[in-house]
Amino acid sequence: MIVRRILAIFALLLMLAPVAGYAVQPDEILDNPVLETRARAISANLRCLVCQNQSIDDSDAELARDLRLLVRERLVAGDSDTEVIDYIVARYGEFVLLRPVMALHTIVLWVAAPVFLLIGLVFVILGARRKRAQQTAPALTAEEKKALERLAGD
Amino acid sequence: MLIELGHFALILAFALAFAQAGVGFAFWKRGGAAAAFVQQSAILQFVLVGASFAALTQAFIVSDFSVKLVYEHSHSIQPMLYKITSVWGNHEGSMLLFVLILVLFGAAVAAFSRNLPDDLRTLVLSMQGVMVAAFSAFVLFTSNPFWRFDPAPIDGTELNPVLQDIGLALHPPLLYLGYVGFSVCFSFATAALISGRIDAAWARWVRPWTLASWAFLTLGIAMGSYWAYYELGWGGWWFWDPVENASFMPWLAGTALLHSAIVMEKRNALKVWTIFLAIITFSLSLLGTFLVRSGVLTSVHSFASDPTRGTVILAMLAALIGGAFTLFALRASALRSGGLFAPISREGALILNNLFLSAATAGVLVGTLYPLVLEALTGARITVGAPFFDLTFGALMVPLLLLIPFGPFLAWKRGDLAAVTQRLMGAIIATVLVTIIVFTLLGFPVSLAPLGLGLGFWVMLGAIAELFDKAAFRRAGFRRGLARLKGLPRTVWSTAIAHFGVGVTVLGVVFATAFQTEIVTSMRQGESAEIAGYTVHYDGEQMLEGPNYIAERGTFRIIAPWGTTSRLTSERRVYAVSRMPTTEAGINTYGLSQMYVQFGERFGADGRVVRLWHKPYVLLIWLGAIIMAGAGFLSLTDRRMRIGAPQAARRKRPEAAQ
Repeated sequence: MIVRRILAIFALLLMLAPVAGYAVQPDEILDNPVLETRARAISANLRCLVCQNQSIDDSDAELARDLRLLVRERLVAGDSDTEVIDYIVARYGEFVLLRPVMALHTIVLWVAAPVFLLIGLVFVILGARRKRAQQTAPALTAEEKKALERLAGD
Repeated sequence: MLIELGHFALILAFALAFAQAGVGFAFWKRGGAAAAFVQQSAILQFVLVGASFAALTQAFIVSDFSVKLVYEHSHSIQPMLYKITSVWGNHEGSMLLFVLILVLFGAAVAAFSRNLPDDLRTLVLSMQGVMVAAFSAFVLFTSNPFWRFDPAPIDGTELNPVLQDIGLALHPPLLYLGYVGFSVCFSFATAALISGRIDAAWARWVRPWTLASWAFLTLGIAMGSYWAYYELGWGGWWFWDPVENASFMPWLAGTALLHSAIVMEKRNALKVWTIFLAIITFSLSLLGTFLVRSGVLTSVHSFASDPTRGTVILAMLAALIGGAFTLFALRASALRSGGLFAPISREGALILNNLFLSAATAGVLVGTLYPLVLEALTGARITVGAPFFDLTFGALMVPLLLLIPFGPFLAWKRGDLAAVTQRLMGAIIATVLVTIIVFTLLGFPVSLAPLGLGLGFWVMLGAIAELFDKAAFRRAGFRRGLARLKGLPRTVWSTAIAHFGVGVTVLGVVFATAFQTEIVTSMRQGESAEIAGYTVHYDGEQMLEGPNYIAERGTFRIIAPWGTTSRLTSERRVYAVSRMPTTEAGINTYGLSQMYVQFGERFGADGRVVRLWHKPYVLLIWLGAIIMAGAGFLSLTDRRMRIGAPQAARRKRPEAAQ
């Protein structure tokens, strides 16, 4: 609905209104381009906690800035990417991950689409087998056929 | 006075819709007067709701602040265009637009389906009547846009500045035409279940409505995506936001419906599934409405959600969807299954298409709702964001895209995969060559991006190959081939064009994601920055006054790699009434690529934070969507699609091409 987009914009706007900052600031950027690239990649997967579905990389909230700085601090201190993420998760919880972990409580989420696909495939194959076994030919009544031809126009 | 007339017209429309549903369901078998009443009532409702909407629009145009809604969402100094778009830039008005489009489709069914059997048409219109009654009651009782103030305030409180954009004029009406259009398919499905008349002819009657709704929804989503891209200010074009997912799910299901309806129409198979899809597609539209309206998904901004409204929508949703599925469960088993076919056949390919699209729909649905359900059940809070959807949705799309070119080549009933591969050999070789060239041009990067591009090229080239194959250039020679190409049915053309459009969008997505460059820097007047071969020169800033805002405008000069210079401005605005700040990104277009400049806040004594993006071929994303929608409309003009095609024009024509 229209309103969905509008609400999305509103959400962003509400976030934007009280704070002056914007996404990544020039003074945050690390001098080491390799570390900076890693920092950007990590930030894109971390959620801005006070925003509606925005990564800290895109967000302009103050808290997002703090997290961006924290990520860079850990990277400069020599942490690996996983260590940085574990560090953030340990402090802010799983909620911070835009891509949820694969664990017992999220397994349904991860396998939903593939399982749906598999079930669908099995269903289709079984259905086709059964149908072939029955070998029922579809029959239209003469009247139906005539109506169809008239409508089809060819 | 006018506003009261509008209010009254809506009440009349509600009563009429109620009567239409009652009479229709009671006497659908009889035909005659009941059928005529239902038909005329549907057209009259359009006149009534149209008048109601016009009255509200008039109040916005003349800024009648005695109307509460006008006071809350408009202001006398707003430009005229935004005064008009303010009508639906709010909950109440947008719901009235929803009802307007609902009755528009009802009237269209009444007017354009003269040769539908009386009983089927009456049932379809009765179902539409139920929906009109439900939604106009929702508007009247929980979201009435016609309430007045006394005394009237001096001036209004302005439409939200972010919405003061041409996007609001186009995006919501297009999206609604799509959503609400699927209500016709829903009504046809329930009518088919009630009457037991479900055959190939039914599929042919429904298909124009599916096509039109799908094309409008495609345009609406694309328009919304482009709007977000230029308005939200960081150049993203899809966020997998719940709000976006809510519009994307009906699109995915609708795309599946479009394809399964072909099988039903041509081969009288997949009947149960097609009916199911028609119900699920509209249900997903309604589910999206509920999720957004009730505030379940949008807890952060509770201003627009109202628990009462949410509950009412949930009740309507449960009644409509629950009713439809109950009917489905009761009647679907009575359907006779249709023609037999081998696994490798056009039918098989379309089933595979449906499997992937419905798995994708299910994936998006689960991803959108999972955090809510998990939190309700266990209290654990997780986030399902863009990286998750990119991965899972992408994984489902890759095989689907690989398969697209094969589908139209396969014969009905029993296809020959080896022969099809042979006929596609030209496209396969061309795709491999283009991909190798792309790899070379990029210097053999260690990334999947060139393969993604190859996938896009494959879908595009496959579509072209289909047209060439159908025109039989190789056998018939160039000139006769050209004549045959021109003579191909429009449905063949539209299939190829729509698939081509999918390829174009894929190409745009891969380019914009994998090859964009971004610079975040601070600039002082006179300084310049280099990005992707372009030089961006900051010429300074000025204050300026718009009709209802003041802005700081940064002016830039951009020197393209080939030497041309162009100006670009980007603004930071503060709107006069609401004191709300917005940013207006500066965008210059070079062919299909764009330079995107965001003028940020002050930095240091005299600097500005400036964000620069070079987005190569980003326009392909929306161009592809426009091509897809265009193909949908083209298909609508096909003679075989027009139900009321004149008798004289019905000469024998070979069906072969499809």
